[in-house]
Amino acid sequence: METTKQFRLDIRNWLIANCPESQRQPIIKDQQIWAGRHRTFYCGDAKLWFERMRDQGWTAPSWPTQYGGGGMSLEQAKILDQEMKALGCRPALYDIGLWMFGPALLEYGTEEQKQEHIPKIVRGEIRWAQGYSEPSAGSDLASLKTRAEDKGNHFIVNGTKMWTTQGDKSDWIFCLVRTDHQAPKQQGISFLLIDMATEGVVARPMELINGDHEFCQTFFDDVKVPKSNLVGNINEGWSVAKALLKYERNMMSIMSSIVEKEEGDIVAIAKRYIGLDSSGKLANNGLRAQLSEHLMRAQGDALSALRLYQQHKSGVVDGGLGLTMKYLSTSEQQHKDELLLAIMGNRGLSWHDQTFSISEKKTVKNWAYNKAHTIAGGTSEIQLNIIANKALQLPV
Amino acid sequence: MSMVLNEEQRLLQDTIDDFLSTNAPIDQLRRLRDTHDYKGYSIILWNQLTELGIPSILMPEEFGGFGFGFEGLGAVMQSMGRNLTASPLFSTVVLGASAIELGGTVSQQQTLLPNIAAGQLTLALAIDETHHHQPIDTAVRLKEQNGQLSISGEKVFVLDGHSADKLVVVVRSSGNAGDTKGLSLVLVDSNAAGLQINRIQYMDGRNAANIIFNNVRVKRNQLIGELGSAHTILQQVLDRGVVAISAEMLGGCQEVFDRTLQYLREREQFGVKIGTFQALQHRAAQMFCQLERSKSAVLSALSSLDKNSPDISLQASLAKTLINDCYQHVSNEAIQMHGGVGVTDELDIGLFLKRARVSLQILGDSDYHKNRYAQLMGY
Repeated sequence: METTKQFRLDIRNWLIANCPESQRQPIIKDQQIWAGRHRTFYCGDAKLWFERMRDQGWTAPSWPTQYGGGGMSLEQAKILDQEMKALGCRPALYDIGLWMFGPALLEYGTEEQKQEHIPKIVRGEIRWAQGYSEPSAGSDLASLKTRAEDKGNHFIVNGTKMWTTQGDKSDWIFCLVRTDHQAPKQQGISFLLIDMATEGVVARPMELINGDHEFCQTFFDDVKVPKSNLVGNINEGWSVAKALLKYERNMMSIMSSIVEKEEGDIVAIAKRYIGLDSSGKLANNGLRAQLSEHLMRAQGDALSALRLYQQHKSGVVDGGLGLTMKYLSTSEQQHKDELLLAIMGNRGLSWHDQTFSISEKKTVKNWAYNKAHTIAGGTSEIQLNIIANKALQLPV
Repeated sequence: MSMVLNEEQRLLQDTIDDFLSTNAPIDQLRRLRDTHDYKGYSIILWNQLTELGIPSILMPEEFGGFGFGFEGLGAVMQSMGRNLTASPLFSTVVLGASAIELGGTVSQQQTLLPNIAAGQLTLALAIDETHHHQPIDTAVRLKEQNGQLSISGEKVFVLDGHSADKLVVVVRSSGNAGDTKGLSLVLVDSNAAGLQINRIQYMDGRNAANIIFNNVRVKRNQLIGELGSAHTILQQVLDRGVVAISAEMLGGCQEVFDRTLQYLREREQFGVKIGTFQALQHRAAQMFCQLERSKSAVLSALSSLDKNSPDISLQASLAKTLINDCYQHVSNEAIQMHGGVGVTDELDIGLFLKRARVSLQILGDSDYHKNRYAQLMGY
C-alpha cells in the first residue's frame, strides 16, 4: 500500500515537472500527435512532451522494457493513466499500432517481428493502419477477397481494403488476406504486414458525411510482400484478428476517455444556449430531463468501466460486462450528440456558413462523424448478436 | 471497498441466497398475499433472520452489530429482491434504525438499537403526505403550546406503517413546505393516543398505512436530533434507503431477466427454440446491457455509502433512476416474451412486475430523482 502511494506520488511529481502547461489543456483533434515517418508537431511543447514520454517508455507504459516500453504492471499503468487524467495531461502519442496492433504482435509475433516493429511503435516512428474491411466484406468480414499468392519466398497481394483510417498518412498496414480459396471462410485467411511504401499500394481518401477525408480505400496491385511479414501461421490469421479485437475495445475506451474531457461541458453548453430560470433550473424542462438522463447513463457506463477494472484486478471472470461496453458507450455518444444539437436549436445546423462559431461547426461535424461509432469495430447489431450468444447463452 | 464482492461478502451472499430460497420462497409471498396476513410478513422468517444477525447487519459492533456495512446489506437486499421476500428489514433497519443511529441521543441508541438487533422492535418511517414522494414539502406540524409538543395531520403510504411498533415521523416545527429548515424527526409509539392507522394493501402483496395524527402528544425525549434541524439526518437516512431499495430492485430485475432467458432457451414454436429468433435475442441483449449499467450504479452507490463519499446523494439518485427504468422495462419485456402464460397469475413473472411498480415509487420515482440529480449538478 505504501509503495503504491509512493509510486503514485513519484508519477505525479514527474508529470508536474515534465508536462508543459500547454499540454495540460483539453486535447483538440488538430493537435493530436499521430505516429509516423512524416510525424509533425504543431508546437515545440508538444514535441517536448512527446519526447519526454517516449524516452520514459510511457507512450506504451505496460510494454516490456526490452522493446522500449515502460515495463509497468497493469496496475501501475492504470495509476499513470489516472494521474495523467487528474492533471489533464494530453496523451503524448496517438497510433493504432500503440492501441491495437502492438499488443497483438507482442502476443503472436515472432521475436524478429517484435524487435523490428515494437520499438518503432513506442517511439512513434511508424503509423499503422488496419486493413480488414472490403467493399463487399463489412460485418461479414470472413467473406473478404483480397488474396495473397504464395510465390516461394514472398507473397503477391491483390485486392481492395476499405475504411483504412488515414490510409494516405499511414506507413504500414496490417491486413487480413485470403491465402486458401478452397478452405471454408475463416480458415483460409492469414494476417499479413505490408509496408505501404511498397510499389502497387495506393490509398485514396473518401469524403464522409462530416466533410472530412479520414478514411481511405486502399488498393493492392501485384504488391510483393516478404514471407517474414506473416504473423501467426499461414491460414490462421483469423485467430490473430480475434485476439486483436479485444485490444480494439481498449482503443474504444481510450478514445472515449479523450471525449470524457469535454463531458462536463454539456452542462455549461446547456446553460449557455438555454439559460436558467429564476429558481436556477434550465429554462427548458424537457431538455433538462434529457440532460439528466444522458449524464446518468454516461455515469453508469463510467462506473461499469471501473467495475470491469476491479473485476480484472481481483481475478473475477465475468465475460458479460465487457461485452456490453462497446454497444453502450457508442450509443450513448450518439444520444449526447443528438442532445447537443437539440440544445443548440437552429445554431446546431451549421455547415460552412460564417453565422456559426467554430465550436458550433465542430459539434455538428462530430455529430455526423460519430454516426460511424455504432458501425465501426463491429456494428451494434453484431455486438448484440455476440452478447446474446456468448453472455446470455441463447441458442444459435 | 469495491463493486466486486470479497470472500467474506461472497460467503454472506451465498448463505443468504440459500437461506431465503429455502425459507422464504415466492410461495410464501403468495400465501401472505392471499390470506391478507395481518403483518404482511412471516414472523417465523423474521425470527430466523434475526438469529442469522440480519437486523444488526448495519449496526456498529458496540450495539451488538454485525458490521457488514452497506455492501453486505446490498447482498441481502438483492437476495430479497430475487425471492420477493417480505420482511421488516427495509423499514425497520435501513430507515428506522439509521435515523436513530445517525440522529438519536446515546440514551435512545442504547435502549432502541439492541431491541432492533434482537428482532423485538419494528419501525416505520412516516414521511410522505401525498401520493408522490417529496420530503421537502412536509407540512404536518409539530406544534408547541404551553411547553407541550403535539402532532396533527396525516401521513400517507407509510411503508409497513400498519405493523410497526414505533413510527419515525417527519414533521415540520417551523417554516413552510419547501423549506429545508424547520424539519424534525419524532419517535411515536404506534399505540399512542390520537393515532389512527389505516392499513393499505399494495398490488404486490406488501403493506403500508395512512396515519392520522390527532393532537398526538410528544415529549422532548421523543425527538431524534435537534428540533427543527433534522434535514441533514433525514437526507442521510433517505440516501441509505434509496440505495438499499435499489439493491432489492437489482436482485428482482436480475431474477425476472434470468427467468425470461431460461424461457427463451426452452420454449419452442415453429419447431425451434424461440431464443434463436434475432428479434428476441437483440431485445434480450439490450436488457442485459441496461441491467449491467444499472448494476454498476447500484454497486457503486453501496460502496460509496460504506466510504461515506461526499457525492452519495448524487450516486443514490443515479442508482435509483437507472434501476427504476431498468426494472420497469425488463419486467414488461418478461411478460411479453413469456407470451400468454406471462399474463397468468400462476406464473411468478407477474409478481415481479407488480413488485417493480411498487418499488419504483418507494422514496422517489425516476422523475423525482432526475430532478434531484439536476439540482445537485447545478442546473
